[in-house]
Amino acid sequence: MSIDEKTYGELREIAARYPQARSGLLPMLHLVQSTEGSVTPAGIDACAEVLGLTPAEVSAVATFYTMYKRHRVGDFHVGVCTNTLCAVMGGDAIHQRLTEHLDVGPDEIADKRQGDQYTVSVERVECNAACDYAPVVMVNWEFLDNQTPDGLVRTVEALRAGHPVASTRGPRICTWKQAERVLAGFEDGLADEGPAAGPASLVGLEIARDQGWTPAGAGVGAKGDSDD
Amino acid sequence: MSATLTPVLSATWGDERAWTLDGYRASGGYEALETARAMEPEAVVEMVKGSGLRGRGGAGFPTGMKWGFLPPLEDGKPRYLVVNADESEPGTCKDIPLLMASPHTLIEGVAISSHAIRAQHAFIYLRGEVLHVYRRLLAAAREAREAGLLGDLEITVHAGAGAYICGEETALLDSLEGRRGQPRLRPPFPAVAGLYASPTVINNVESIASVPAIVRHGSDWFADMGTEKSNGVGIFSLSGHVTRPGQYEAELGITLRELLELAGGMRNGRRLKFWTPGGSSTPLFTDEHLDVPLDFESVAAAGSMLGTRALQIFDETVCVVRAVLRWTEFYKHESCGKCTPCREGTYWLAQVLAKLERGEGSASDLDLLLDQCDNILGRSFCALGDGATSPITSSIKYFRQEYLDHLDHGGCPFDPAASTLFAQEATK
Repeated sequence: MSIDEKTYGELREIAARYPQARSGLLPMLHLVQSTEGSVTPAGIDACAEVLGLTPAEVSAVATFYTMYKRHRVGDFHVGVCTNTLCAVMGGDAIHQRLTEHLDVGPDEIADKRQGDQYTVSVERVECNAACDYAPVVMVNWEFLDNQTPDGLVRTVEALRAGHPVASTRGPRICTWKQAERVLAGFEDGLADEGPAAGPASLVGLEIARDQGWTPAGAGVGAKGDSDD
Repeated sequence: MSATLTPVLSATWGDERAWTLDGYRASGGYEALETARAMEPEAVVEMVKGSGLRGRGGAGFPTGMKWGFLPPLEDGKPRYLVVNADESEPGTCKDIPLLMASPHTLIEGVAISSHAIRAQHAFIYLRGEVLHVYRRLLAAAREAREAGLLGDLEITVHAGAGAYICGEETALLDSLEGRRGQPRLRPPFPAVAGLYASPTVINNVESIASVPAIVRHGSDWFADMGTEKSNGVGIFSLSGHVTRPGQYEAELGITLRELLELAGGMRNGRRLKFWTPGGSSTPLFTDEHLDVPLDFESVAAAGSMLGTRALQIFDETVCVVRAVLRWTEFYKHESCGKCTPCREGTYWLAQVLAKLERGEGSASDLDLLLDQCDNILGRSFCALGDGATSPITSSIKYFRQEYLDHLDHGGCPFDPAASTLFAQEATK
């Protein structure tokens, strides 16, 4: 497969965002994944060409970061957090249930059955900064908070069937390639979807409001004089 | 100090469309930027120094002092502000909700801080694995620019690609320059030779996001909160076996006992077994430490570190060996490979711990582990290796018998199902 002219143009556009073009390499590799489905040799060559690097230099970077895949993942790539806290809260059980259900190993794509619209793959991920929503699962890097083994299997089946699935704190989950395009810095118009915050993010604020606690001297504070 | 909560950064998170420019302005957003722009940059630096704000990314270095380390402006050498939004320390989950709910708080902080340090280009390095947060940050930076709020300042919001080490500030710079994220030798420090070898200030999200409130209410307002040497408020993130996990913004110096009371206590009334005060890289505490004031000095005096106020709470159903092994596997996975003590050491730590968890090995393996830790701590290139030893040495200190129980029992004596969220809900 070769990289088309439009993609070359966008790779150059990314490089131009930075005072030194090489700074664009990480988002450029995200863009390669959005068109190629993984970091392919053609994608590495294209990045190298745009930045004046050798393919080996680009490859050395691509292999360092876990989000860059050397082989294809599913349309919906499921990352189950199995770092300590999520693992203890149920992440291990969730990961086991899902991989057995799909009969897949790490980063493998589950067989596409008749009637499936989309493919799925699974990996273990490290802490994704949502520990107050443990156990946490990411699908295409969108949050699915407070998951259970059976609940996630149902969600994954809905994704395979092509039903819309919304992130707990975000929009309807887009495909992995679409997500990778956003990570290359191209907006997709979905920033206003989903809530400002999930319930756990607001627990402290709600207690403070119930109790009438505001920081001393901040009567006109970050919010103190408004209507709540 | 009484146990109240003091939402400053989190105050607007529940507001209607809090993440938009209109939503942010409705609560006075960008007024502090106007105030700051009317001040000399040096006066803003003095204000932040006077507030006593210390780095919220874990190290607790005074933010204003960091800014003061920049060398005098030189022709042709730009200065850069880089925001570390690579929140990845296990347990740490404060910056991501802040950025999702109120990205403009950071953008305003970036604009004020850039004015203070005379930077014309700022970068926000966000970990890549939080797509919706990236959307909100891209949109916020664009909205602020289109509204003419940024003046000559350029803000580039950059997504990483999955590497814990990029939270280390010099590894972050290498990554931002399009390289493997590996730490740099210091000196030179980033203030002298940072991004593109230019003078660079690197601060955590929460540090920079605190700047607008300081400008708005004054440095005394901030300095009067917290403890004598740990001023101000901070976000405390409670996770794990508490009734109401979540974000609790309070003055520094609050205790876990007070926070637990606000959070409804331990889930199902179980006993607290161990906890991290500031993420997995900070030595474990137990129920002996419930009354340690959570400020930089008190936590250090009690043998740990305040870190990022990432309070991961584990009850009596949790096997400490399993917990520590999993963290160790994390450090092994995330070791960048640059230095030998960390690259090889974390690998061997995981081997020995796994053997112990399976009930194999012998009591002398505990001494072996401590010896290995001794060869990593202080001998690694950066703090990742040091952090890897924290859970191991602290757990052996407080729970040596539990390691030995694995040997007697021929494996883990705990039922992993008992500690899950769903098991607990089933017994309600």
